[in-house]
Formats: sequence, structure tokens, C-alpha cells
Amino acid sequence: MENTQTTDDDLSLTSEHTRKYNQAIRREKNKALLLVLPLFFFLLVFFITPIGFMLYRSFYNPTVSNLVPKTIEKLEQWKDISRLPNEETFKTLAYEIKGLQKTRKSGKFAEEVNRRLPQTGSVIKRTARKIKKVDLDKVANYQKLLTSIHKKWGSPAIWTGIRSAGDKLTINYYANALDYKLLPTGEIVKQPEEQRVYLPILKRTFYIAFIITLLTFILGYPVAYYLSLIPLKKASVLLIFVLLPFWTSLLVRTTAWIAILQSNGVINKTLLYFNFIDKPLEIIYNQFSTILAMTHILLPFMILPLYSVMKGIDPSYVRASQSLGANPFMSFIKVYFPLSLPGLSAGSLLVFIIAIGYYITPALIGGVDGQLISNLVAHHMRSTNNWELAAALGSVLLVLIMVLYWVYDRLVGASNIKL
Amino acid sequence: MLPVYYSPLRKFWHYALRVIVALVLLFLIFPILVTVPLSFNSEPFFTFTEGMLKLDPEAYSTKWYVEFFTDKKWNIALKNSFYFAIMSTILATILGTVAAVGLASDRMPFKSVITAILISPMIVPLVIIAAGMYFFYSVIDIAGTDFGIIVAHAMLGTPFVVITVTATLAGFDKSLLRASSSLGANPVTTFLKVTFPLIRPGVISGALFAFVTSFDEVVLIIFLADPDQRTIPRQMFSGLREQINPTILAAASLLILISVILLFTIELLRRRSENQGIFDS
Repeated sequence: MENTQTTDDDLSLTSEHTRKYNQAIRREKNKALLLVLPLFFFLLVFFITPIGFMLYRSFYNPTVSNLVPKTIEKLEQWKDISRLPNEETFKTLAYEIKGLQKTRKSGKFAEEVNRRLPQTGSVIKRTARKIKKVDLDKVANYQKLLTSIHKKWGSPAIWTGIRSAGDKLTINYYANALDYKLLPTGEIVKQPEEQRVYLPILKRTFYIAFIITLLTFILGYPVAYYLSLIPLKKASVLLIFVLLPFWTSLLVRTTAWIAILQSNGVINKTLLYFNFIDKPLEIIYNQFSTILAMTHILLPFMILPLYSVMKGIDPSYVRASQSLGANPFMSFIKVYFPLSLPGLSAGSLLVFIIAIGYYITPALIGGVDGQLISNLVAHHMRSTNNWELAAALGSVLLVLIMVLYWVYDRLVGASNIKL
Repeated sequence: MLPVYYSPLRKFWHYALRVIVALVLLFLIFPILVTVPLSFNSEPFFTFTEGMLKLDPEAYSTKWYVEFFTDKKWNIALKNSFYFAIMSTILATILGTVAAVGLASDRMPFKSVITAILISPMIVPLVIIAAGMYFFYSVIDIAGTDFGIIVAHAMLGTPFVVITVTATLAGFDKSLLRASSSLGANPVTTFLKVTFPLIRPGVISGALFAFVTSFDEVVLIIFLADPDQRTIPRQMFSGLREQINPTILAAASLLILISVILLFTIELLRRRSENQGIFDS
């Protein structure tokens, strides 16, 4: 065994010692990094990369430029958008639409352009249908052909629509996700009041998450406080009431709430039996049931961090304040409550973060006005197939979550999450 | 008995607190209490019938449990649930434990940033992960494969393993490692003979968390899985949307039973690890 300190009067370290010390430190560092590396790499591939794909997808859409590549190429050279594009462009598009019709892709093309410029989908579909019977090689004037099929081909608007749908990189979906609209001319304007959907839902998501956080605080604080006062043995028995729901499947708890709240469920049956009401209350498939069930599901996430902080609060502080003349109420407000704040901020942030990304419970019992932003992302993925808009909405949500997580890490520390 | 010097207001608060706590705990446990008896309903409803309230034995039946264990769809779901959960738990536990041992080292550079990254799968909403994987899996062509589901679930489970194992390592006396190597053990032997037995409670509870995470998970399954890969929660989800029938409640009651077992296992482990003298509380 080597010993760097030889004698008491010879404490100076030589450069050799420093080098060896640094080497040992570096070896330790590398060893620690090497152990973390497999998981880090795993997450890089199966967590970070997929999210990267989603972010990429939110402003990259090659569909249209893959469907009609030559037309898009021609349209890129079209400068004066107050006038129609040249005859060559008409010809190219006619051929490409016919080609799409043959491979049954014209519907997709129509759908994509329609997304950028409403009411143009039908024009393209009609054109595809008519053009099927036309021998394009024998046409003398393609502009005349298209405008005779639909007069909209005679105005520049639809052409700018196709051109902007052909942009592979676009901020269009972000504009849509925030209720703006990107005009084919490149301007960004706010959607008309009645067509704004996403910002109101985003606001509602925040509102519902806030209400749930508040409710879990109001319900959870007294429980955590009481548990921290009583002897540990008794507390660990009562904690089962908190931990069992925490460990029970989300689907199970949502199912239970359906059984309780539905029109012939436990609550309505009881109230009807005692004649408190004469027809069932509508307490499910709306915002109320979403808030109630999510409060129930997230309550343990508030109680557990609060409890673990409160257990560490020294009761002598409260006694001291009272012996100095504070009444119980004042000593609670001035002494106890501030000491419990770390638990409160940990619990609140956790509940809030989980709540704004919630999907399952609102999807099952949220009805119309209980849907959150996640449900909208899922809707565009599964029902409308508008993946790009889903990705843009998802990215907006992701940014919000990341900001909150950063705050959480600052305030509480990610490694302080207790299970 | 309350102290005699308590003012009437103070006495009121004393009892009020207990009443409030009792009500909140009832609120927490009520949905679980309701589910179990409802699953023994002999009628195909989600509600207590007159007969059930009168405790008429005729009104109770175990037929939904029979249905659960004999119906083909539920059988496939049950098998899939266990298969995905066990495989992803193994993967998550190995990756998470090894990483936690590294994280616990004093020399670990960028500790807080790396911890934040390793825990982030717990924080990012499942819909976002599902959307990302949906794009990604179609590109690398593993959509609809068991492998795809298992790695996705393992990814969700790793933060729990990292957290629980790091927590047990926090009270770990590092001089034991030096002692072991000074006695001639190589790092692998040290890990297997010294470190692992001491952090085992943390590893097991992390594994149980990872198991439950996979067993409960439904969002990724909705987006990524084929119909023949459906799990119990997925089957419950579509059942609740399409035709509600008490087989779902039977499934729910069985899941409650599983969570009761897991909860007690975890608490037992926690107590055991707290009683071992080596750990400081």
C-alpha cells in the first residue's frame, strides 16, 4: 500500500503525487460514467430520439412535395402570384393528378391541400375524377382544360395553396396549434374567434390542472398533518388508505368512478332511494367528473411528499412560538406552515405536471368539456390522421412540461422524488 | 383525553381535524371498496341491484370471474400483461440498478443533470411519448412487435428503479467497498457479494414499481400495439368505451388484489431495510 504522506514535516505533494491522485479520480469518474452509460444510451434511443422525431414531424411534412414533385418544382419558379402560373405548370399538374388518380392517391393530395386552404379539396377530387377520361397527350390548352373542369383553377389562390402545402418545412402546424393561421402568402394571422379551438383547450387544461392541484392541497394537507402527529405505528396503518389507491391501476380507479357516478350508479341510486332527487343527476362525462376522478387519483402524490416533510418538522418550534405568546392559529400560520412549504411545493408541482399531461381519465369520463390537451393530440393522431398537427400540439405541451420540470428540479431536485 | 386547558375552539379543531381526515381517507378508499362487491353482481349491470342491497344470495354470483378466466380475449390480455410486465421489469431493473450504482458515486460528473434526464420518462406525458414512438417505430420498423412494447415499458419503468436504488445507496457505507477490495475481491465480486445484498430491498421495490408501471400502462398500448397484443388495461379501456359489462369489474377486483399484495410486499421490504443497522434512516 502506498502512502503519500511520509512524515509530519514533509507534507508537500510532489507533482508525481498530484498526477497519481488525478489519475485515480479520473478512473473513478470513468467508472461511474460507464455504469450510467447503458441506461443513458437506452433512453437516448427509445425515449429521446422518438421525441426528437415528433418535434421534427411538427414542422416537416414532405407528403405533398412527394405526391406532386414536378408541380411543386414548377411552382417554386412562379414569382408574380397576382397572375396565374404558366401553361407549363398547368400541364405538369394535369399529368400528375392523373398519375395520382391511377394509384388512388389523389384523395390524399386533396386532403393535404385542403388542410392548408379549405374548400380546395373538392376541386382537386373533382378534377381527378374528370381527368381520368381525358387523353392528356391530345390536349392543346391545359389551362383551358382545368378551368373548364373547375373555375377555381382560374384564380391564383388555389395555386398558392398547393405551393404552400408543398413546403416541406413549415411552421404552419405550430401556427394552427396556437390558433393562428399561415396564409398562403406567408402572413400569420389570428384565427377568427369562432374557429379558435386549441388555445381555449390549453387554457382549460391549465385551469383544470390548477383546480385539481388546489383540491389535492385542501384535502391532502390535513391528512398529511394528522399523520405526522400520530405515532408511527398508527400512521403506517392509516397510510395504507393513501398507498392502496396509489398502487391500484388507473383503469381500475376510473372504472370505479364510472360505477359510482353514472346515471344509475351508486350516488344517483342512493339519492333517488331517499327521494333527495327525482331524476338522476348528470355527474359523469363532464368537467366535474374529470376533476373529481383526477383529484382522487392524484391525491396520494400530494399527501406523500407533504407527509415526509412534515414528519421532519421539529414540534418544539411550534411549542416555542406558543410559549412566546402566539395563539395556536398564529403559530400555525407563522411557524408550521412555512416549514411545510418544501413538501407543498414538491407535491403541487408533481400533481400539476401529471395533471396537464393526463389522457386516460378525461378520455373515458371527460365528455366534451372535460377533454384536455393530451386528448386533442390523441384525437389528431388516431381520428383525423393529422400527425403534423398532433406533433405540434404535443411539442407545445412538451415545452410547458419541461419548463415545469426545470422549476421542480430547481426547487425540489429531481433526485428527491420519494417513492 | 384532551388537556383540560384546551379552549373550546381548540377542542373543536381537535375533533374537526379528525373528522376531515376520516372523510378524506374514506374518499380515497371508497372507489376501491365499491368495485369489489359490484363485481359479484349477478345482473349485467355496473350498479347495486335491489337484491344485492337486501343481501339476497341469488343476487350475487361469480359468473363474471368465470367469464374473465374463460373468455378468449381476456385470456390473451392476461397472458400479454404478464409477459410484457415481466420482460420489461427485467430489462428496467438491470439498466436502472447499474445506472443507480454509477449515480451514487461521489465522483459522478454532471450528477444533477444526468439524474434529471434519467428520471424524465416519469414526467413526460404518455401521449407525447406515444406519439414520438409511433413515428419512430414505423421508421425503424418495429411497430407492432413484442420487442417494441417491452422496450417502451422498460423505458417507463427505469426511473422508478433508479429512484429506489439510489435511495438505498444513500445510506450505504462506502468503506465496505474498500474493505472488500482490500481483502482481494475484484469489482464484480464486490458488487455481487457486498453491494447487491445490501441494496436488494431497493432493487426489489424498484422492480415491483417497474412491474406495476408496465402492468397498468395503457396509452402506449393504445398507440403502438396490435389487437393481438392487447393487455388487461387495454381490454378494460375498450370495454369501458364500447359495452360496459361487469367482467371489467371482475378484472378490476383482481387487479386490486394484485396491488394489495404488491403494497404489502413493498412495505415489508421497506421495514426490513429500515431495520438493518447498516442504513441510516
